[in-house]
Amino acid sequence: MAYAPHTPADRDAMLAAVGVESVDDLFADIPNAVRARSFEIPPPLTEQEVRRELTRLAARNRIPEVSFLGAGAYRHLVPAAVMEVIGRSEFATAYTPYQPEVSQGTLQSIYEFQTLVCELTGMEVASASHYDGATATAEAALMACRLTRRDTVAVSSAVNPQVRRVLQTYCSGPGIRVVEVPADLGEAGSGLTPGEAAGSALDESVACLVVQQPNFFGGIEPMAELAEAAHRSGAQLVAVVEPTSLAILEAPGAYGADIVAAEGQPLGIPLSFGGPYVGLMAARMESVRQMPGRLVGATRDAAGRRGYVLTLQAREQHIRREKAASNICTNQALCALAATAYLSAVGPHGLREVAELSMVQTRHAVAALEAAGVARRRFSAPYFAEAAIQLRNAKRRHATLAEQGIVAGLPLEDAYPELGDCLLLAATELTTDDDVARLVEGLEATA
Amino acid sequence: MSVTERPAPPSGAPSDGDASGRGAAFSSPVGGEQLQVVEPLLFASSRTGRRDVRFPSLSEAARKAAESQPEVPKHARRTATARLPEVSELDLLRHFNRLSHLNHAIDLGFYPLGSCTMKYNPKVNEWAARLPGLSESHPLDPAELSQGSLELQWLLAELLREISGMAAVSLQPAAGAQGELSGLLMTRAYHRSRGEGEQRTKVLVPDSSHGTNAATASMVGYQTVTIRSNERGGIDLGALREALGPDTAALMITNPSTLGIFEDQIDQVVAAVHQVGAIAYMDGANLNAILGRFRAGDAGFDVMHFNLHKTFSTPHGGGGPGAGPVGVGERLAPFLPEPLPILVEGTDDEVRRNAWAGRNTPGARFALEEEGTRPQSIGKVRAFTGNFGMHLRAYTYIRSNGDAGLREVSDDAVLAANYLRVRLTDAYDLPYDRICKHEVVFSGRRQKRQHGVTTLDIAKAILDYRIHPPTIYFPLIVEEALMIEPTETESLETLDRFVDVMHEIADRAATDPSALKAAPTTTPVGRLDEAAAARRPDLRHDFGAAPAGSSARQEAGA
Repeated sequence: MAYAPHTPADRDAMLAAVGVESVDDLFADIPNAVRARSFEIPPPLTEQEVRRELTRLAARNRIPEVSFLGAGAYRHLVPAAVMEVIGRSEFATAYTPYQPEVSQGTLQSIYEFQTLVCELTGMEVASASHYDGATATAEAALMACRLTRRDTVAVSSAVNPQVRRVLQTYCSGPGIRVVEVPADLGEAGSGLTPGEAAGSALDESVACLVVQQPNFFGGIEPMAELAEAAHRSGAQLVAVVEPTSLAILEAPGAYGADIVAAEGQPLGIPLSFGGPYVGLMAARMESVRQMPGRLVGATRDAAGRRGYVLTLQAREQHIRREKAASNICTNQALCALAATAYLSAVGPHGLREVAELSMVQTRHAVAALEAAGVARRRFSAPYFAEAAIQLRNAKRRHATLAEQGIVAGLPLEDAYPELGDCLLLAATELTTDDDVARLVEGLEATA
Repeated sequence: MSVTERPAPPSGAPSDGDASGRGAAFSSPVGGEQLQVVEPLLFASSRTGRRDVRFPSLSEAARKAAESQPEVPKHARRTATARLPEVSELDLLRHFNRLSHLNHAIDLGFYPLGSCTMKYNPKVNEWAARLPGLSESHPLDPAELSQGSLELQWLLAELLREISGMAAVSLQPAAGAQGELSGLLMTRAYHRSRGEGEQRTKVLVPDSSHGTNAATASMVGYQTVTIRSNERGGIDLGALREALGPDTAALMITNPSTLGIFEDQIDQVVAAVHQVGAIAYMDGANLNAILGRFRAGDAGFDVMHFNLHKTFSTPHGGGGPGAGPVGVGERLAPFLPEPLPILVEGTDDEVRRNAWAGRNTPGARFALEEEGTRPQSIGKVRAFTGNFGMHLRAYTYIRSNGDAGLREVSDDAVLAANYLRVRLTDAYDLPYDRICKHEVVFSGRRQKRQHGVTTLDIAKAILDYRIHPPTIYFPLIVEEALMIEPTETESLETLDRFVDVMHEIADRAATDPSALKAAPTTTPVGRLDEAAAARRPDLRHDFGAAPAGSSARQEAGA
């Protein structure tokens, strides 16, 4: 073993103490009939050899020079200080804080995380984290079903398709019906979820309306109107949000969201080919007992000192087993710490700058493409930092540019056949004017 | 909570300031052996206008061009700014570094937390995770740009397949519990595909099982039936056979069990499950004990999950992230979550051979399965293809150890647990006195009956020795359980010191039980009032007003 501490003498001493001749004797309880038949694993590598292998794989990837790809995972600055914080092995090599007396670092950082998520979303209570934004959304929908004792979930077709597919999987478990609320995606459409469409999908069986803000196409949804439609029929509004947008867009708590779910990756978490990320979830205090996932609360010790503990654990699987609100155990604590450090590092002004830069550079890119006559904006509604553009041979031109190290967003054809000639573009604070120029030139050249 | 509500500290005790931490101070040493530090919340050092990270300004050209686009409508704009901290970078780092000092961690001391496999987390894994070629890879980049990420996932799945003997592996689940969810969703899809979906409603779990097993069964709409263990700590075969029937969907069994015992009738267990047409699920939480010795696939299991953060050394992160890949036999392969990374050009053998030799395979090309390739798939359980950062650490770990190293991992893990078993049997009751695997479960019932010292008291006393206590009160079938998993990376000196500590605590339980009841005394805080925390939940910092942007409706609900 690469990390074995034992000398041969140590092993002998231990075997002697146990009273067996060889370590094989300790496996005598495995029936012969079921012993491993094969174990063809390549031989051990030294550190320099394993580094070479990982360097080989990293070099097989090609990180694009210019990228306008988002669609649920965004290229943002990860401040060095954030990496430093999550690299501390006192955080990284601890586990779930079951022994609070020696876990105050983790517990207090989660309490700070919960506070920050409440501040961003305008909600009253936030959980300690979920696997990602998609599972947080799915768990939010299941939570709404428990709260309302209803068994149908209505979801806008302008919610990220990956999120909808995970929602579908989770709902298939307990047999919850998922109905789609069609967004206005027609020619000259707004790209938004119409209040009337939501209204007609909502009946007494619907537990919640799931809407994304900004939606998958970057469009700014009429959230207050949609919340009202949901509440009229006794359903909850589950708002799926993007955290940096909350520096500019209204807090979900202010427009009547009942449960908020979000992908926290934009908050200082590397792209890392899709994970680990962190799911955020927030709700109203009156719903806390149906909330899935860990919660940290403040309390006191016998000497009156303030400290933090895992609390309201009667919701959780290790106490309630089959009656638990969810089966979640391991969560994404270290990524939640990254988000906490990130929000603290950028502060309210920095987060606003990130949102503003992302928004303006996206508009810049769309405007430049329109001005050059290369593409046109597909939807009419105002958008935040992502937009669908329409152009001829979208998929082919996207592929051609990718060969040059330029990723012109995401072709929408696979998820939305009706948007076959569209690309979804996202810019962030890392996008430069030069990137915009190269995108325009690149698409022009492939016409 | 305001200052006035706070109970008055005993005289001479430290002042920790109010909830925001303002006025917190270094305490005076108590009992001459500790320096207690309370770290204020970061909000306490926030000052309007203080900045850390700055961002570039927009060019005039960008601003001008953007003006042609529709603006964010007024009604959609934020009305109240979120109260994020405004701090300098140095203050930020000091805050989190000081918080880190309040944690126990593997890198600080022994962490024999049973069932969690708190082994050393190699630093080369962290180095690998920070390679820009991997960390900056976007999950939706065209496959041509992501060949390295895809090859790595494909290779890891191949290694896990060989380690488990399963036919196919999906890396998508984000944690063990999500691996379980995937496994049971596949189970249900399988039964439905045979027209038995309605009939099979029950999932059997032993009484020693993890809480996640039962909770997962509920999430899939199954009813949980608990099977008792026999007097030797294994599943009671008679009780199992009695419970199995045409309504059984699956048996979920952890092997080795949470008692640290290998199910020595496992072949009969699997046969009995298959006889009634049910699925045999192995919870692989305890795989660290049996690498190279036992493979779920060889024993006929249909599905199992792996915990990369346990067996394959990815850091536990204070509660996560983990990764819970799921492996299946041929029967369930069509139902695996999608998409899987696949080799579309080149041969499996050639790619494996080259990768094991550290070479690229010319002409080999990987891709993600297209949606709908396997129409029976249960779909997606999370976005994208899983916790890739954990996949690459596990791959690094498996390659570092290699075949011989992985076998030695289990040999040493089992040897260490058995060493503690024999060294501690004089001081603590051992309900199942037989060879164990990676962990051993003692009972503190002797200390409780004779001296009134509970397992909780013992755990708290251990904290004062800078050792993390074992898992306590689990599994549920052991009274006053102390579940000890030493792992393979702890030296004999560390194990011996733990033995000494446990003996000393057993002695103190007899001679000075009240001292154990008062433990811990050297930790940053003492035993915390958990009942009060649950009674009056304080789950976020109170800035003195409603949360930013909250509506009147919410305030009314508060």
